[in-house]
Amino acid sequence: MGTTPPKRVGVFVCHCGLNIAGTVSINEVVERAKKQAGVVFAFDHKYLCSEPGQALIKDSIKQQHLDAVVVAACSPAMHETTFKNVARSAGLNRYNCEVANIREQGSWVHDDREKATRKSHIAVRQAIEKVKLNEALEPITVPVTRKVLVVGGGIAGIRAALDVANAGYEVYLVEKSGTIGGRMAQLSETFPTLDCSTCILGPLMVEVYRHPKIKLFRLSKVEEVKGYIGNFKVTVRQEPSYVDVAKCNACGECAKVCPAEVPNEFDMGLTWRKAIYTPFAQAVPPAYVLDSKNCLGLLPQACGECEKACDKYGTSCINLDAWPEVHEFEVGAIIAATGYDLYNAANLTEYGYGTHPDIMTSLEFERMLSASGPTSGEIRCPSDGHTPRDIVFIQCAGQREPETALPYCSKICCMYTARHAMMFHHKVPEGQAYVFYMDIRAGGKGYEEFVKRCQEEKGLLYLRGRVAKVYEENGKLIVKGVDTLSGKTVEINADLVVLAVGMVPSAETHELATKLKASLDVYGFFAEAHPKLRPLESPTAGIYIAGAGHAPKDIPDTVAQASGAASKALDLLSSPTLEREPTVAKVTGELCSGCGICIPLCPYTALTLNATTKVAEVSAALCEGCGTCIASCPSGALSLRNLTDEQILAMVEAIVAS
Amino acid sequence: MTKQKLAFNWASSCGGCEIAIFELGTKLIELTNKVEIVFWPAIMDYKYQDLEAKPDGNIDVAFMNGAIQNSENEHIAKMLRAKSKILVAFGACAYTGGIPALANTTTRDEIFTNSYKDTPTTVNPEKIVPQTKVQTKEGELTIPEFYNTVKTLDQVVDVDYYVPGCPPVGEQVSKVITQFVEGQLPPKGSVLGASDRSLCYECKRVRDERKIGKIVRTYQTIPDPQKCLLEQGIICMGPATRGGCGSVCLDANMPCRGCYGPLPKTMDQGGKMLSALSSIFDAQTEEDIQKIADGVEDPIGTFYRFSMGRSLMRRTKK
Amino acid sequence: MSSFEPKIVGFLCKWCSYAGADLAGTNRLKYPSNVSSIRVNCSGRIDPTLVMKALALGADGVLIAGCHPGDCHYTNGNIKTLRRFKLLQKMLDQFGIERERVRLEWISAAEGERYAQVVRSMTEQIRLLGPLNWKHEVEVTA
Repeated sequence: MGTTPPKRVGVFVCHCGLNIAGTVSINEVVERAKKQAGVVFAFDHKYLCSEPGQALIKDSIKQQHLDAVVVAACSPAMHETTFKNVARSAGLNRYNCEVANIREQGSWVHDDREKATRKSHIAVRQAIEKVKLNEALEPITVPVTRKVLVVGGGIAGIRAALDVANAGYEVYLVEKSGTIGGRMAQLSETFPTLDCSTCILGPLMVEVYRHPKIKLFRLSKVEEVKGYIGNFKVTVRQEPSYVDVAKCNACGECAKVCPAEVPNEFDMGLTWRKAIYTPFAQAVPPAYVLDSKNCLGLLPQACGECEKACDKYGTSCINLDAWPEVHEFEVGAIIAATGYDLYNAANLTEYGYGTHPDIMTSLEFERMLSASGPTSGEIRCPSDGHTPRDIVFIQCAGQREPETALPYCSKICCMYTARHAMMFHHKVPEGQAYVFYMDIRAGGKGYEEFVKRCQEEKGLLYLRGRVAKVYEENGKLIVKGVDTLSGKTVEINADLVVLAVGMVPSAETHELATKLKASLDVYGFFAEAHPKLRPLESPTAGIYIAGAGHAPKDIPDTVAQASGAASKALDLLSSPTLEREPTVAKVTGELCSGCGICIPLCPYTALTLNATTKVAEVSAALCEGCGTCIASCPSGALSLRNLTDEQILAMVEAIVAS
Repeated sequence: MTKQKLAFNWASSCGGCEIAIFELGTKLIELTNKVEIVFWPAIMDYKYQDLEAKPDGNIDVAFMNGAIQNSENEHIAKMLRAKSKILVAFGACAYTGGIPALANTTTRDEIFTNSYKDTPTTVNPEKIVPQTKVQTKEGELTIPEFYNTVKTLDQVVDVDYYVPGCPPVGEQVSKVITQFVEGQLPPKGSVLGASDRSLCYECKRVRDERKIGKIVRTYQTIPDPQKCLLEQGIICMGPATRGGCGSVCLDANMPCRGCYGPLPKTMDQGGKMLSALSSIFDAQTEEDIQKIADGVEDPIGTFYRFSMGRSLMRRTKK
Repeated sequence: MSSFEPKIVGFLCKWCSYAGADLAGTNRLKYPSNVSSIRVNCSGRIDPTLVMKALALGADGVLIAGCHPGDCHYTNGNIKTLRRFKLLQKMLDQFGIERERVRLEWISAAEGERYAQVVRSMTEQIRLLGPLNWKHEVEVTA
C-alpha cells in the first residue's frame, strides 16, 4: 500500500467588488495562502461567482493540475453549490472544493483591517486543511420502486391514493375494516356547508374501488416493513371476509339468520349488528363481511346458518372455509393515513359518561343525526326514546386540560358542535340547545360566518363557561356550569348531554409507526420532519403523513395534506433512481464492539446492530449526516464522511496556531 | 541458545503488577528455563548498582510498572530505557497513569499539607514537610523530588509496547511474555494483551433499551446480574475501555472501572465515556438533564480513574 | 483594557447558528474577530473530547451554537448536545476551567444580533479572565 501524493491545492480569493476588498487585504490573504503546506497556486478575482471568475477557477485547475480548490468568498450558504459545480466541470470531485467564509463572517462584521485580514487568513487555512482530507465521494444512488403504499382508507388515504393512481402509479391501499370511508362515512353533514357527508365521500370511494391502478386490501394490516426509501418491502396480512365479493348482492339473508349479535362500531355502539354484516349501507365493496371474532365459531364450525341461507335464498357466495392471506410487495414510498379515535370519555368522571345513557359523545350524537343511523335521523334520548327538548353541548370536554386530560385543542369541535346544535334546531324546532364553550375557534373559510349564524339563532344559547358537573337527580340530568359573561352559575335540566371529546391518534397509528420506524410526537401522533417547513413527511425518509393521524384537523386540511403527501411521494417516484448525499456516517467494523449506544440516538433509525457480527451498521440511504452518533461513540468506530474528527481538529489547529 | 534477559521494575505503584507476574504460577518456573531474570527488585535483593553496572542494551526486554511521580521514578525509567533493547510499559499506571495520576487533580503542596499536617492522626507540631535536601551533621541528605504532575512512562522515555490493566490479567500476562520469549513482536507502539474492541464486545450481559433515567452508585443497589449495568443506571466504563480482561469485574456483578485504558482510535478515554453516557440520558429539558448529571458525583474520578495521565487535559488547573 | 486577544473556537450548526452568524454579516453588525467558526451539520456532532482537545491545543474558549430546542433540523440533535454539555460543564468545573470559557448557546437563523452579542460578551469575559494557555498549565506545573 503506497502513500497517495498530497493534493495540489489552489486557493482563489474573491474581492466581491469592495464587499470584501474594502476591508480585507486580499493580497495578504493570497500571499499567506501560498505559504500553506499543499498550496501550489493562489490567485484573486473581483467576482469569482461571475462567468470570468468561474472560468479562472476552471482554467487554473487544468493548467496548474490542481487536485483541490479553496474559494475564499461569501458564505458557503450562498455559492457553495456554484463553486462545487465549477470544480466538477473541470474534472474534480465536488468534495475537492471548499469555501472559506470571508464576507458574512469576515469583511462585513469587522472594521479593523488587520483583524479582518487575519481572521480571513484563518478561515482560508481551515478550508485548506479540510479539503486536503476530504474523500472524493459520489452521491449514493438507490433505485426507486415506483409504487406507493397508502395505509388507512379514510378520506386522507382515499385522496392520496387517487392522486397517486391518477398520476399513473400503482397504489396498494391497506384498510383495517371491511370498507373504506373511515370517520367521514360516519358523519351526517360536514361544516360549514352542511353538505351530506356520504354524498361527497361516496363517489370518491367508488372511484378508488374501480381504479385500475389501486389495489385495495381491506380487513388488512401491515405486518412488517423492511428496507428504506425507494425500496420498502411490505408484508400485509389480510383476514378473510368469508364472502365472495364478486357474487354477493347484499341481499341480507345471511344476517337475518345469524344468531350472534354485537354492538355496531359504525353506530358507536348505539345499535347492534350481526356477526355477518355490512359495515354500512354505502360500504365499498358493497358486500357482506363475516366478523370471525364474534361468529359463534368457525373452527370447528358451530353454526353455519349464514352459508345455508345464502345457498337457499342468495347467490351461494359464503365460504366458511377461508383463511388469512399474506401479501408481500415492494413500494418506493409509504403514506400513513391512520386517522383518529376519540378520547375515552369515561375518564371525565365529572361529566358522568357511562353512568347514564343520555350522556353521549359527539360521534354518538353524529350517528343519531344521520339518516342511516340508529334512529333514522331523529333525535331521541337513548334511555327511553323520547324527543329531547333541552340539550346541552359541552365543548372542550377533556381537552385544553394539561393537568387531568388532553392538553391540546382538537380544532374541529367548535365547528361540529355548532353544526350539531343547528341540526338539532332544525329537527326539533321547539327544543332549546345550550352550548358551553371556553373559546370559539372558527378559523377556516366560512367557519366564522357559520358559527355566528348559529350563535344568533333562536333556540341556540351559547354560554361562555365551563361545566363543573353532570349528574342525575330525580330521573333528570342536571348540568351545573357557569356563564362567565353574566357572572352567574347555571343549572340546566337537560334531556340529553353531548360531550365534544378530543381526537387522539388511533391505535393503528402506534402500531404502524413502530413497523415503519417513524417517530411519533409526545401525544402519539405521527411526527413531522419539521413543523413549519416539512409538515407532510416523517423524519424517516420515504414515509409521508396525512390526516388526523398527524394531528387533529378538519376535512379540508386533511384533503389538502393528503394531496400534498401524494405529491411528495410522486416527487420521489418521478425518477427511477434516487440520489442521496454521501456525507454520511460510516462504521469501521473492526473497532465497533456493539455497545449499542449509538442505535437509539439516530432520529432516522439509520443505525442497526447486526445480530450475527455484533457490530453496528449504517444504512447510507437513511442517514442524514447529522453526526450525533459519531459524537456518542465511545470507541471511535463511527466517523462522518468528510467531517471526521481528524478534519475538525485540523481546523481547530488552524484557528489556535499563533 | 542464549536465554533472553528480562527485567521487571516498578515506579509509583502498588505492587499489584508484580503479583500479576506471580499469577503465572508454575509457568513462571517454566519460564526461567527460557529466560534469565536479571533485575527484579520486588522479589530479590537487587540494587541500583546492579542496574547501573549493565552495559546499554544489555537487557532484552524490560517491563516497567508504576507511574512517574517523583524524580527517582524518572531516573530509574531513564536508566532502564538505556539498558534495555525493548521497554514495555506494564500495567495501567505506566501506560495511562493509573490511580497515582489522580494526584493530578491536586498539587504537591496540597498533598503535603494533607498528608503531613492535616490528617487527624498525624503528630507534626513543627509542620515539617519533606525537603529534597537537608543538612545533617553527617552531611547533606537528599530524597527524590515529588512531582506536581504525575506522568506516564512514555512521557519521560521512549516506550516500545504497552500492556494495560490494573493489573493485567494473568492469562494475558502469560500470552504477552510468551510473545516476547518467542520473538513474535508486533509493530512498535502496539498495545499487547488486550483486545482492540471495548469490553462490551465480550460482556455477556443482555442489552435492551439504551437509556439512563438516573445514575445509581454501586452501594445503593444490588444489580441484576443478567442486565447491562448502564441500563440499571450504574456507570460502567466498559464501552470506552479495551477488552481482553475477560470481564472479570462484570462477572462479579461490579461495573468496569476502565483499568484497561482507552480504545485504539480515541483521543481520550474519559471524554469519550462522558459523551457516550450523557448521550443516553433519558431527559429532554435542561432541568431534567441536570438532575441526571448531578448523579455523577465526581466526573474526573469516574471517567479518568485510570487514564488521567494519558488524558487530553492531564491535570486540573490550580 | 488588556491587549490580550482571546482565541475562541466556534462550532456552529449549519441550519441555525451558522445562518444566524451570516445574517449578522448581511446586516453589517460589528463584533470582535476572536471567534472563528467551524461549520458542522448539527451541534450534535460535537463530542466533548473535541472541546477538550481545542482547549488543550491552545484555545482560550469554545463556543458551541445550535438550534433552539424543538427547532433542530435533525429533530433533537441539540438535545443530545445539551446532555453532553451539562456533564462536560460539571467536569470542566473540576478541571478549574471557568464556565465563561466553554459555552453552549441556542441561536436561530433569524438571530443575527444575538450571535453578535454572544461573540461580544464571550470575547470580553475571556479577555478579563486572561489566556487559558493549557499547555503551559500542564508543563510548567509539572
